[in-house]
Amino acid sequence: MPWRFLGRRLLQAVPVLAIVAVAVFVLLELAEGDAVDAYLAGTGAGDAGLAAALRAEYGLADSLPVRFLAYLERLATLDLGPSLAFGRPVAEVIGERLPVTLLLMGSAVMLSGGLGVLLGGLAAWRAGRAEDLAITVAALVLNAMPGFWLGLLGLILFAVRLRWLPLGGLGTIGADLPPVAAAAELARHLVLPVVTLALTYLALYVRLMRAAMLEAAGSGWVLAARARGLPEARVVLWHMARPALLPVVTMIGLQAGGMLGGSVVIESVFAVPGLGRLAYEAVSQRDLPLLAGILLAGTVTVVAVNIVVDLLYRRLDPRVGAAPGEGGR
Amino acid sequence: MTALARGAAAAGVGVLALGIALALAAPWLAPGDPLDMVGRPLLAPLAEARFPLGTDQRGRDVLAGLLHGARVSLAVGAAAAAAAIGAGILAGTVAGFLGGRADDALMRLTEAAQTIPTFLFALALVSVLGATATNVVVAIALSSWPPTARLVRAEVMRVRTLDYVDAARLAGRAPLAIAFLEVLPGALAPVVALVGITVGEAILVESALAFLGLGDPNLQSWGRMVASGRANLRVMPSLVVLPGIAIALAVLAASLTGDALARRLGGRR
Repeated sequence: MPWRFLGRRLLQAVPVLAIVAVAVFVLLELAEGDAVDAYLAGTGAGDAGLAAALRAEYGLADSLPVRFLAYLERLATLDLGPSLAFGRPVAEVIGERLPVTLLLMGSAVMLSGGLGVLLGGLAAWRAGRAEDLAITVAALVLNAMPGFWLGLLGLILFAVRLRWLPLGGLGTIGADLPPVAAAAELARHLVLPVVTLALTYLALYVRLMRAAMLEAAGSGWVLAARARGLPEARVVLWHMARPALLPVVTMIGLQAGGMLGGSVVIESVFAVPGLGRLAYEAVSQRDLPLLAGILLAGTVTVVAVNIVVDLLYRRLDPRVGAAPGEGGR
Repeated sequence: MTALARGAAAAGVGVLALGIALALAAPWLAPGDPLDMVGRPLLAPLAEARFPLGTDQRGRDVLAGLLHGARVSLAVGAAAAAAAIGAGILAGTVAGFLGGRADDALMRLTEAAQTIPTFLFALALVSVLGATATNVVVAIALSSWPPTARLVRAEVMRVRTLDYVDAARLAGRAPLAIAFLEVLPGALAPVVALVGITVGEAILVESALAFLGLGDPNLQSWGRMVASGRANLRVMPSLVVLPGIAIALAVLAASLTGDALARRLGGRR
């Protein structure tokens, strides 16, 4: 019954979100100077009277518990406050940037997951041979490379030298292209960021898939399938690869937060106007309300991805949810 | 494969040892502040004997930057990993040994720390606390303790049911002493496998923070060199390529050394 599962899963997320909300509040309190200081520094104007008036208006002069309650109240109504750098509500700015990041992350997850399953499966199938060695070594080296550097190497090769791909951004603004051409333009701009982000997570999936395949290879059911004389391709694909997909799916959920963090760097390298780039802008302009909003929105995104992954897992693994009272991980 | 694994382990340990030696010797090998202008800007590598790896757009010696950057990367990586693993061991032992409410609370905290996008959190923390090497260490440690905590908790839960722990309890030892002096040593072996990964991850996060301009402004670091080399991507890609190779080598050496250590000490897995 997915509805009951979904309800329980949402309930589980409540304490996690509460802890993160407190952590973000503490972070904001730790900041030297408050939003009014930052605002006045930004406008260049300001005297003590104006500062006091602004603090009173925004409740910054209240005591800590009062401010915390006010903060929770605003969160409960999804009010993330005004962004200092953009002069608009934080929620609005984040709402504009989030879809790009979700597109980037979604494409990168599919690419690295798919490629990881293929290469990890191949390595396990040819375990101990040249293909296995090549894939394992490549994964090890790739895993050690910083994402921003990999991205810059891609830029040097494909954008500067070969001129196959654009240097950055998401396309010409106001070019007014027909839908198909616009989509192609977007895709062309997303190739390097998506591939870079996918490559930084590829090694993880390759290793996981390889290990899970090898574990399945030693299992009783594979022995039984071989004993029944099933063709090798069926044994490898159905009896080894299919159960090996489960840990890969779990890892995709666990890595959602990591990938969101990785996209901060990747979006900065390729000037992709997403949530990650927004975080960088918030940091460089010391826009703390925006930064706090991004942290909260990012956490909610990770929780949502995890719930989707758990639902997917239930579809893939017939054992989960089959027994009464069983479910989740 | 075993001969190969042994070779990889030896290479990892060798590169790491060389890196540490070069980092320690940096003040003698390249005296002075690596952030000072010392030559003509944008000299290509090998163009002048004084600057074997060339200079950047502000006339800073690239080789000196790499040597001094090794100090930052390795020190921050080691300190952050040590702090993260220490915090993870503490949280994992308390949660696994006490169980009940304490375990619940600590596990919710672990879950929250794994749900919040860790790099974003580290970025926010450094930008709020200020970009100093210490704050970078704190930020990385605060975002990378959960895997250790989970692993230690699971091991502690296994070990605390063993007979020798019951014996210690019957002997009347204090619970705290049992948790940290009896149970923990028996639960530590698998943690060794996490050391190399944690150090490598810490080096990568440090370089990414420095790349985004959140490194210590008074210290030259590899991530910062990549960021400043970006402006001359067309003219002189070596300014970006060289420090990146240094980062990748350090992370690779750390993870190979960690693997070797785990195989030597752990035995299991």
